Amino acid sequence: MNEPAVRVENLVKRYPTAVAVDGISFTVPRGVTAALLGGNGAGKTTTLSILLGLLLPSAGKVQVLGEDMLRHRYRVLPRMNFSSPFVDLPHRLTVRQNLLIYARLYGLRARHQRIEQLASDLQISAFLERPAGKLSAGQKTRVALAKALLNEPELLLLDEPTASLDPDTGDWVRGYLEGYRARTGATILMASHNMSEVERLCSEVMMMKTGRIVDGGSPRALIDRYGRTNLEEVFLHIAREPRSMVPVS
Amino acid sequence: MRIMRSEFRLSLGRVWAMLLRYLYLLRSSWPRTLELLYWPTLQMLIWGFMSQFLYVNSSYVFRAFGVLLAAVMLWDVLFRGQLGLSMSFLEEMWARNLGHLFVTPLRPYEWVLSLLSMSMIRVLLGTVPAALLAIPLYHYSIFAIGLPLIAFFAALLMMGWALGLAICGLILRQGMGAEGLAWTVVFTLAPISCVYYPVSTLPSWLQHAAWVLPSTYVFEGMRTVLFSGVFRADYLISAVALDIVYLVLGATAFFLSFHNARRRGALLQMGE
Repeated sequence: MNEPAVRVENLVKRYPTAVAVDGISFTVPRGVTAALLGGNGAGKTTTLSILLGLLLPSAGKVQVLGEDMLRHRYRVLPRMNFSSPFVDLPHRLTVRQNLLIYARLYGLRARHQRIEQLASDLQISAFLERPAGKLSAGQKTRVALAKALLNEPELLLLDEPTASLDPDTGDWVRGYLEGYRARTGATILMASHNMSEVERLCSEVMMMKTGRIVDGGSPRALIDRYGRTNLEEVFLHIAREPRSMVPVS
Repeated sequence: MRIMRSEFRLSLGRVWAMLLRYLYLLRSSWPRTLELLYWPTLQMLIWGFMSQFLYVNSSYVFRAFGVLLAAVMLWDVLFRGQLGLSMSFLEEMWARNLGHLFVTPLRPYEWVLSLLSMSMIRVLLGTVPAALLAIPLYHYSIFAIGLPLIAFFAALLMMGWALGLAICGLILRQGMGAEGLAWTVVFTLAPISCVYYPVSTLPSWLQHAAWVLPSTYVFEGMRTVLFSGVFRADYLISAVALDIVYLVLGATAFFLSFHNARRRGALLQMGE
């Protein structure tokens, strides 16, 4: 259990016309909530996609929960999950049908009990029989979270978990994630633009810019290092700094 | 919480999960279910009445009454086999669902098995009612062909799967711009499959092309059974052998395209 939840070494993703990830290295210890921060095109989603096995890197090593993700991803996929408000569940199936199918894909035995339990926890019982395409943004986010928690993942990857949510729902989701991590000891790695969210949830932050990690540490340490009052100011400082940032590993 | 953690083992549970998804989709839209039944039945009606007309106006086609109807129904097995596979595949593209599916332990070959299973269900749903309806309408039963019918059915279904896999591979590689191929490619093979006429009707140079299609052997074999009551095992063996070659090629194209999509990051982006 001393292995970090995520270990990335010299990761590169090169496309014919651009370099999306440019030799990044980082680790995420087990049981923490960490964030990849950066502007649009910084390489956050690309990095998450590689960690999920959806995208093959051009070079580098990726180890997730002690397994080489590039060679043995099927050993580790049952132990992790993913949620993004930008990837909807199929619209025409009901919420229950969607969850049932994913529960089967994860090989869960007590599927119906698990769905009922998550529906109760995430307050989605009222619309379990509704087509997923007819939910509000807040409802969709909670359903996506239910799908992501079906297999009680040891590693949960989240892409902008509270994007397009009203402040109340966003706060509720953040509270739920904090509770989940505290209860299960899971590791959460998120990509986010929401600085206050990251300050609240995360103990580790990696600042990305043009495919590189340009700084990292706890939110408090970053704020102190840049002499700012909050993480948003640090983010703006880094985003507007021309090319002087030295990548860190 | 017990979870299967094996690396390469095929899980019928995951195949069933995907099949269940396509069955839910089919059930969620009655127009789509109706569409499954509509074309085969309509084709059977048109060709059935045409056959009845020819029955009283031509001594040759008198014997061909069943040949035309059987050809119509068997052609639908090939067409529906390919389309049934491609449609389930396209459902995932339209729903932009690959990003969800392939962060689960689902293997690409398990997905393919579910697509093949759904294709067979769609074929049976489309063709069996039409075949049954022909019995009271025209006093003609395609089931009278007997065991060879099962062999013809299997050979055409396999060819439909091979085509479907190749087309899905092309869509994975080229994106949704290639979607139209799912609806049209099979029709380009109809003239040289010799569905309604013998291969000898074709010019000799085109006959060479016809004999590389499994469907040509099936329709020739079907006519032999219906005209002379002889089952040509050599035709069936040739059809199945070609099917195996095309299935291997189709599956290879599909899996290479899938791997390529992972390299390009298309699994998250693929959609309308």
